[in-house]
Amino acid sequence: MERTALPGRLAWQSARVLAVVDETPHVKSLELDVPGWTGHLAGQHVDVRLTAEDGYQAERSYSIASPPEARQLTLTVERLDDGEVSPYLTDGLQLGDQLELRGPIGGYFTWHVAQGGPLLLIAGGSGIVPLMAMLRHRAAQHSVVPTRLLYSSRAFDEIVYGAELARLTAVDPTLIVTHTLTRRQPPNWSAYARRIDRAMLEAVVWPASAQPLAFVCGPTALVETVASALVNLGHDPQRVKTERFGPGGRAP
Amino acid sequence: MAGGFSSRGFHGRRQTPEDAKRLPPGQYLTTDFPVLSAGPTPHTPEVSWDFAVLGAVETPQRWTWAEFRALPREPITADIHCVTKWSKFNTRWEGVALDTLLAAATPQGGYLLAFCDGGYTTNLPLADVLNHRAWIVDTYDGTPLPPEHGGPTRLLVPHLYFWKSAKWVRGLRVVSEDEPGFWEEYGYHNYGDPWKEQRYQGD
Repeated sequence: MERTALPGRLAWQSARVLAVVDETPHVKSLELDVPGWTGHLAGQHVDVRLTAEDGYQAERSYSIASPPEARQLTLTVERLDDGEVSPYLTDGLQLGDQLELRGPIGGYFTWHVAQGGPLLLIAGGSGIVPLMAMLRHRAAQHSVVPTRLLYSSRAFDEIVYGAELARLTAVDPTLIVTHTLTRRQPPNWSAYARRIDRAMLEAVVWPASAQPLAFVCGPTALVETVASALVNLGHDPQRVKTERFGPGGRAP
Repeated sequence: MAGGFSSRGFHGRRQTPEDAKRLPPGQYLTTDFPVLSAGPTPHTPEVSWDFAVLGAVETPQRWTWAEFRALPREPITADIHCVTKWSKFNTRWEGVALDTLLAAATPQGGYLLAFCDGGYTTNLPLADVLNHRAWIVDTYDGTPLPPEHGGPTRLLVPHLYFWKSAKWVRGLRVVSEDEPGFWEEYGYHNYGDPWKEQRYQGD
């Protein structure tokens, strides 16, 4: 099992906002310049710290969307309407603003091309973010590790990175992306239109005999359903890695 | 970071002074009970469940589910603090104090490695789990602990970050030399005191 040593203390670093990109009505990506960033693995996250004028501080964790190969660090943030931090990040930031962050954090829910595959990615909602870092890393390395992504969104306009996923699959026959839309589907929608269940997994993912390396990320209910179903279908629990997006955020 | 930095236009949400005093640095209060774990939830039936205290002990111990349930029990009410930043106040549990389990085995080493279904481990100094500061709990809020929260039993060590309160715990290995557990190997702090904000190595 790959271990990632984090030498010394993870210091707070200053980051400058280079761009804010609309991904969906509720999700934005923040492209950041982080001088002195020492690199990360696909799947890791950072802690972000906001400080009010009176010194009050709030911290949250956000997944890194950019691959290790990118020059800028990209965080993709879903706005939680009752959130303390995410509305500031998605709606309050302007180009050139400074943020404080530290990381990278977490070494278990990570993938590097050298780990091979087949690579099985299963996402719900903004749970796609750390998995997108893996897909971008895979593309940057021109990897042909057989890869399947099963991605559950509420509606078509809530698919994060939809256009980029389509571009990646168009040029890469070793990558298969399957969408399911759980609440609203556009006319003529021919893919899945329900929550991920065992039957869908049986149809979409490899059999256990192929021994895929699985990464499952999303809300707790989705992760519980998918991870339990994979184990019941015979997959080795040690090859099923999970990360849950409760109100609390990221791993552990 | 240099003093004086502030996030332009950020005001934040203040806690009441009473709540603020109970919140360790960098934490926020939640009333939910988020679920976080690194892999699938194990489901171990009671008939094949047991709890062991072994390693550097005078008398290794093993309890079946029925034997464990017959041990002296304590109610616990505690604030819990997850390294992912949420804290939850006044959580209510029931279980067996580690004093009870360890006294039966007589430890010869100064550290513990808790081991769990699913392969998770976490390490603790023995001194931190004695004197009714740590329990093996099987009940949350008056009902059996649900599997996604670590049932049938989890470790409860509320004075440390909650990853130390290992889910699906099946035993304690007493060791003479401290050895890092699962998250501790992945860069999380070896001890994890929330009041000192010991989240990651070097904090």
